Amino acid sequence: MRNILVVFAKEIKSYYSSPIAWLLLTMFAAIFGFFFWNAVGYFVSVGLQSQMMGSGFPMDMNEMIIRPLLMNVSVVGLFLIPMITMRLFAEEKRSGTMELLLTSPVRDIEVILGKWLAAVTLYASMLALTALNFSFLFMHGSPDWKPMLVGYLGLLLQAGGLLAVGTFISTTTKNQIVAGGATFGVCLLLWVLEWVAGYETAAWAKVLAYMSVVSHFEPFSKGVLDSKDVVFYASLIFLGLFLTARSLESLRWRA
Amino acid sequence: MIKVEGLTKRYARNIAVNDVSFEVEKGQIVGFLGPNGAGKTTTMRVLTCFMPPSSGTATVAGFDVLKQPHEVKKRIGYLPETPPLYPEMEVGEYLTFVGKLKGVPSSELKRRVDEVSERCSVSDVRKKLISKLSKGYRQRVGLAQAIIHNPDVLILDEPTSGLDPKQIIETRELIKNLAGSHTIILSTHILPEVEQVCEKVIIISKGRVVAKDSVENLTNRLRGAEAVAVEVEARDGQPLTAPEVQQRLEQIPGVSRVVFKTERDRRLQFEVESLQGRSIRADLARTVVESGWNLNELRAVGLSLEEIFLQLTATEAAAGGGQQ
Repeated sequence: MRNILVVFAKEIKSYYSSPIAWLLLTMFAAIFGFFFWNAVGYFVSVGLQSQMMGSGFPMDMNEMIIRPLLMNVSVVGLFLIPMITMRLFAEEKRSGTMELLLTSPVRDIEVILGKWLAAVTLYASMLALTALNFSFLFMHGSPDWKPMLVGYLGLLLQAGGLLAVGTFISTTTKNQIVAGGATFGVCLLLWVLEWVAGYETAAWAKVLAYMSVVSHFEPFSKGVLDSKDVVFYASLIFLGLFLTARSLESLRWRA
Repeated sequence: MIKVEGLTKRYARNIAVNDVSFEVEKGQIVGFLGPNGAGKTTTMRVLTCFMPPSSGTATVAGFDVLKQPHEVKKRIGYLPETPPLYPEMEVGEYLTFVGKLKGVPSSELKRRVDEVSERCSVSDVRKKLISKLSKGYRQRVGLAQAIIHNPDVLILDEPTSGLDPKQIIETRELIKNLAGSHTIILSTHILPEVEQVCEKVIIISKGRVVAKDSVENLTNRLRGAEAVAVEVEARDGQPLTAPEVQQRLEQIPGVSRVVFKTERDRRLQFEVESLQGRSIRADLARTVVESGWNLNELRAVGLSLEEIFLQLTATEAAAGGGQQ
């Protein structure tokens, strides 16, 4: 446990003492800010229209602003996650510090968990920025905060799974660009897999669609906490971390 | 303290280390000498539990590297060929991190960091970023991290490579000072380094141990001694036994050792080694002939060790004149 914290603290420190964390946070804040501004603008204009027509159109902030925005965050995350994980092991392999980690009296799994938790924490700090935008909604309206909480939980779970996969990919190469590129490819693929469900209903299409990370997020965005989606993300996290552990082990045999 | 038996490391296409065995006693400084690519780093990586051996065993302080890696790792300080440094950290911060990683209790951590910084003369750069350090300082920080948890065994892979002459001397002094409290294995391809720093030397070439001895014995054996292969045959089919010839050859002044090799068609083959600085070939020839035997062959044997030695010194000369 102590070792996990030691590795975690070191990773957090190196994220925030390098431009990576700040670049990611800035980019995310700008992109999300734009989405937020758009969503609120649309909401306001629809509200005005329905007022002019005199019809009592039900206006729901959760349904019309928060839910689509959370879906957006889920997709934007796919693009940012490779940038978080690409350095995790690739950098250690390139600079030779891997030898320090693997010859220290710490278990591989402690190193992996420390690094993965640091990546999740960085992602969580990005999510925290969205609270800033959403607080305006609470100032001028009264959205329901409970579904939002479920949404955030879903985002964290989804990111946890993809970050674990990215961590694994980072162990397979010394080159950060390769790690980042491959992770991006996998993230993108895991996103678009659900498209086949649009026109095909065969069993294989269902399996492919099931594997899509974004389709499992949809219930979360509505505030629905479904155990089957939680299980999906938990399995993805487990699979990613398991592969990482195997990969580190094989590194010892091949090194 | 360290015991290696029949250690072999195989890769898909080649064998990096082949049946290597040696022992190192507590408090000794042992030099691992060999040309580049001889298998020094691989052997060290097995000892530090970085990689498992293909076969054979290695134990450190009584713990097996395969079965109890955790215990071994606690007792080993390791400086790889490139010091494992994080450029974005400050020196003090880095040493604290490694200390925690190696399991130094938090109550002792600060004292240990102070101590090793002092010992490796990096106290004056503790607030500096590692990326800003010169090569010599980096090497010293690397040494400092290796001893942060006061390990029983120190394994140093080419600790002086890439340093300038002044830094090399400083690093060697530092290593010598560390001896006594630690058992040290250091690898090098530079012969004088072993002579200056180590008590015992293990010469390794192409994955095999070709010699292990104290530094004194080895240099004595190598400097000026010669080895001669002799083939003796009885004249006119008279009976002749190996012990008889061996006894006669040993009586020649200047001969240190006579080894009987083989007998083929009643021809006896010996290898004769001289004492340091003595030439024995003329006396050998005369003795054989005067004893009434045929001398079929008399030839200087290139000591395999000597060849390696030459190779090593050649590397040193090239390194001294080149960019290193």
